[in-house]
Amino acid sequence: MAGKTLTLDEFATRVTSGMTIGIGGWGSRRKPMALVRALLRSPVTDLTVVTLGGPEVGLLCAAGKVRKLVYGFVSLDSIPLDPHFRAARESGAVETAEYDEGMFVTGLRAAANRLSFLPIRAGLGSDVLTMNPGLRTVASPYADEEYVAMPALPLDVALVHVNRADPVGNVQYLGPDPYFDDLYAMAAGACYVSCEEIVPTGRLLDHAPAQTLLFSRMYTTGVVETPRGAHFTSCVPDYDRDEAFQAHYAAAAKDPEAWQGFARTFLDGGEQDYQAAVARFHDHAAPRQESRA
Amino acid sequence: MTDATRAEVCVIACAEAFRGDGEILASAFGTIPAIGVRLARATFAPDLLLTDGEAQLVRGTWAVGAPADGVVEGWSPFRRIFDLVWHGKRHAMMIPVQIDRYGNTNISALGDHARPKVQLIGVRGAPGNTVTHPVSYWVPKHAPRAFVPRVDLVSGVGHDSAAAAGTGARRYHDLRRVVTNLAVFDFAPEGGAMRLRSVHPGVTVDEVCAATGFPLVIEGEVPETRLPTEEELRLIRDVLDPRGLRDEEVPA
Repeated sequence: MAGKTLTLDEFATRVTSGMTIGIGGWGSRRKPMALVRALLRSPVTDLTVVTLGGPEVGLLCAAGKVRKLVYGFVSLDSIPLDPHFRAARESGAVETAEYDEGMFVTGLRAAANRLSFLPIRAGLGSDVLTMNPGLRTVASPYADEEYVAMPALPLDVALVHVNRADPVGNVQYLGPDPYFDDLYAMAAGACYVSCEEIVPTGRLLDHAPAQTLLFSRMYTTGVVETPRGAHFTSCVPDYDRDEAFQAHYAAAAKDPEAWQGFARTFLDGGEQDYQAAVARFHDHAAPRQESRA
Repeated sequence: MTDATRAEVCVIACAEAFRGDGEILASAFGTIPAIGVRLARATFAPDLLLTDGEAQLVRGTWAVGAPADGVVEGWSPFRRIFDLVWHGKRHAMMIPVQIDRYGNTNISALGDHARPKVQLIGVRGAPGNTVTHPVSYWVPKHAPRAFVPRVDLVSGVGHDSAAAAGTGARRYHDLRRVVTNLAVFDFAPEGGAMRLRSVHPGVTVDEVCAATGFPLVIEGEVPETRLPTEEELRLIRDVLDPRGLRDEEVPA
């Protein structure tokens, strides 16, 4: 059985301009941020990004990588709105398809099931239908009801981040919620998984039951080991969201000059440089926090 | 009790929205609704189910702003929440940025959606919630900018929109209450326009009308929202919100 481990740089060459990429996780939770940072360093552009969005949307928009956003929402959870996303919307910089969260999941499910649509009640009577003029309804052949015919959301590539994987791409989450990472994997032509730790297959069930194995190697194209690779989003139980850093990100994103400084400090180097800069950020931030208390 | 604050009256009004709901999931957004559903379960609606805000169903009563410390009785990851939304055993209290006469609500964007003047959070789950299970609303600051003649974008489906969209949208459409810092509303059975149910103690009907950007249905004498009992006040002050977070949402 062929190993599927990749470096971050190798992964980055697999995504090409114009692709439709689905990004797993939810809001500011278990996002494949190291993979996203690798895309920020690559020349890729003109992406269609399909996501239950968090800070990856803001980062990709700020870097000018996004042509179209397909989303159920974009939120930093503890901070309601991502400032870069807000700016991109209010300047009309990106095309959008905004769906009800459940419609979004249904679109992924349709793609995973190789159907062109699935019926759903959500969306009826709302402006989701007028803001997405291509959406159609479908009459039930069995009852006097019409439903939204949610079109499939097929992906060229899916990016997800999990707690553990093995070298051949069996994928394990250890936190409270799988989110929809298995659907992204099944809706995509290729799925790249980053993880906190690559372990031998025989160790996957150490301290974890089999139902934590979220999806199997048959859906996985490549595996990248990226410790703290979801930072600054949460990756429970390995770590919680880095609220101080997220607040720093959101504050910088509101001001072009501050953003230049943020990008220089955190985004101009490689992943190791990023993690080192984050550690320095906390070394400097810690004494200030103590003096406030 | 006569010393209840406005925030405490709002807690009671939010709790009352869930009276009689039985064994369903109560999802509350905002501090005062969160206190309200926990108060309802601790008193007159013991069968309600509540989540810890993440992926577990938890029994017990715990303070807002603190981690849930009750007994875990179920797993509720987001995928199961969607299944539950579509199944219908849920009553959500959401916070609209705009709400209009027929209960259409907007949390998506102000202005034109193609290029909004102000991007808000997006429609989130509002379209699905409103056509599949009971929904109520909480508006902590009742003012004409929130109570508008017509919302810029329909995220949550109102009565006129549901009627126009047909049976699929109408079948499970069930808007229950709108609670604000001034008053409590429901919707008139005929036509589905917003109806004033009660005003909080110290608030006049005229004040409510002046703060509302459309005509309200008002039938006869409008009663006052009920006050908390002594036991309810104890629960709010000592157990559910000892840090007084409710006063940050609705100042005294």
